Amino acid sequence: MSDKILLDQGSGGLASHRLVADVFFKHLGNPILNRMDDAALINVSGPLAVSTDSFTVDPIFFPGGDIGSLAVHGTVNDVAMLGAKPLYLTCGFIIEEGFAMADLERIVASMGLAAKKAKVRIVAGDTKVVPRGTADKIFINTTGIGQVVANPAPSGHRARPGDAVIISGTLGDHGLTVLSHRQGLSFEAPVQSDCASLNHLTLKLIEALPKVHVLRDPTRGGLATSLNEIAQQSSVGIVLDEPAIPVSDVVRAGCEILGLDPLYLANEGKLICVLPEKYAQQALTIMRRDPLGRQARVIGSVVADRPGKVVLRTGMGGHRMLGMLEGEQLPRIC
Amino acid sequence: MTSSDPLRDPARCKELLVQIEESVKGSSLRFMEVCGTHTVALFRSGVHSLLPKSVVHLTGPGCPVCVTHESEVAAYLELAGRSGVIIATFGDLMRVPGPGGASLKKAHAEGARVEVVYSPFDALAIARDNPGDKVVFLGIGFETTTPTVAATVRIARQEGLSNFLVMPFHKLVPPALDALLSDPDMAVEGFMLPGHVSAIIGMEPYRPLAERYHVPAVVAGFEPVDLLQAILLMTEMKRQGKPKVINNYKRVVADEGNPKARAIVAEVYKPVDALWRGIGTIPGSGLGFTDAYRAFDAFEVLGVELKASKPLPGCRCGEVLKGIMRPDECPLFGKACTPAQPVGPCMVSTEGSCAAYFKYQLDLNTDR
Ligand code: SF4
Repeated sequence: MSDKILLDQGSGGLASHRLVADVFFKHLGNPILNRMDDAALINVSGPLAVSTDSFTVDPIFFPGGDIGSLAVHGTVNDVAMLGAKPLYLTCGFIIEEGFAMADLERIVASMGLAAKKAKVRIVAGDTKVVPRGTADKIFINTTGIGQVVANPAPSGHRARPGDAVIISGTLGDHGLTVLSHRQGLSFEAPVQSDCASLNHLTLKLIEALPKVHVLRDPTRGGLATSLNEIAQQSSVGIVLDEPAIPVSDVVRAGCEILGLDPLYLANEGKLICVLPEKYAQQALTIMRRDPLGRQARVIGSVVADRPGKVVLRTGMGGHRMLGMLEGEQLPRIC
Repeated sequence: MTSSDPLRDPARCKELLVQIEESVKGSSLRFMEVCGTHTVALFRSGVHSLLPKSVVHLTGPGCPVCVTHESEVAAYLELAGRSGVIIATFGDLMRVPGPGGASLKKAHAEGARVEVVYSPFDALAIARDNPGDKVVFLGIGFETTTPTVAATVRIARQEGLSNFLVMPFHKLVPPALDALLSDPDMAVEGFMLPGHVSAIIGMEPYRPLAERYHVPAVVAGFEPVDLLQAILLMTEMKRQGKPKVINNYKRVVADEGNPKARAIVAEVYKPVDALWRGIGTIPGSGLGFTDAYRAFDAFEVLGVELKASKPLPGCRCGEVLKGIMRPDECPLFGKACTPAQPVGPCMVSTEGSCAAYFKYQLDLNTDR
């Protein structure tokens, strides 16, 4: 096989078949995918959660992950946040002509590993190769299907005054990693993406605590944006205690240098859990037993005041609004 | 996000707040911070929400994006999209509205080559990689950013890179303070002076504040304790009627500033009159290239001129920058003008006063 992706490898002819067999089946193969029919035959019943997402991250490889593992984790997490058990994924690739075959293999292998860890199967896929210059290296779309196990399913509309707001760990790790690598910046201590599938953790939570009102993974726009969405969907206010919000020292320092706010940076392996205050301790115990929730903390509460708004109580006892992110976060000028 | 940092110690902050309250008893005071980073720090730390109602803290002309004049914006937008030109800029300028709703962001979507950089050195690298194009770096910023830009220009000259150009929109703080204080409408009773700018220029340029205008001024850092200490020092000086200029940020700011940085700037640039948005021309408040470095002046090389351009209709930036009006007193604030649909640059920039009010203030008009 050529060491670069060629246009005819997306043509549907023999070259495509070889690519599919040599790269995709090798790493993603399972009985359903291997049948190679026009569609995958799957067996599910009851309420389903479906989610789709396209991944266009730059750089495609970063400390802690790559576009392939991200494409699995991202969609698995979206499905899991609905109180569902993710079962199947489909994936579509758009690859720029000339893309290195070794990089593609590395990405697909990493997807395979991520899927295995998350216990989901990739059951259908598609590959297109586009002429050089018409796409930036590689784009991946994944769609996930999961069986809803929580009843009622957690939803952004269900936050109620008196609920506690819990975060599963430190914020901003993924966002700062990707941003600093894109800009070729390095910090004294290395930053690493938190990219991970959270479905095993969410399952433990909803099985033990059917009272969970909201689960959400604060990806793009970060914690601040996700909480604003929840406050608006549920018409409640949210008050956060700034000193309680976990941010690692490296991320804090990196953000200070760049003039960024960690509360608006993307996370790919963290979840927000909103549930009645009296179950908060139990939720924390469950989360802290899982490697992905070791640093879980209660960071605030849901209130009836100021519906639709998030207010931050600062370390010195002052208050300010924590609004939605407008546009992209950009580094400061002075 | 706790920190064991004594500069963020809540108990120390409470103490300072009590002292401020004592000190202003019976009087009301209007202070101004001159630096956009202070504006944001005051809001972000919650200091703004804790100050006694009798202390009004106004935002001044300290955000470099906000004071960039509309004709300067029009000038760089004219270049964006010209063939053979790559614009390199700090991110803050991308969304600044220009004539007819144009912006760099829109120009980029329409095919202009615009690169967001984190440092002028990145712009230099783009120039090296694209020898067939002219790379124009938009040199906006105060004394803090200018030395790096000047150093970059010097490297470009040493390397013989003739396709790296700068639009010198740099502005200087002391002449602006002077212009503000000479304005009879201005009603500010104390200045929180910029920490980073002062690290370069030192204390000397601020002397007239106390001597000529009898206004107390304090160079401050950016942590909650820094901010409160500066406010306390100003209220005390007001109370005692003894205005002085105090350096309360000695851990970063040397009284003599940074002579090396100033020397680099003096080699590349010379003071010129500059246009400030909402204020107009302030003599000697900008920087133009010295003769030795004229070959790097985008205006000269590309034949661009600053043309008179109309201020944005309805935008009260000038009054906000002079501290005559609080951002939320502008009739367009939060209605026709929001971060999503900014009318003026003060609503765009991360350090802009209108954006800070919009973003951080709890209940506009009531929570102050
Ligand atoms: S609120 Fe908008 S229109 Fe009013 S001064 Fe600020 S930027 Fe200008």
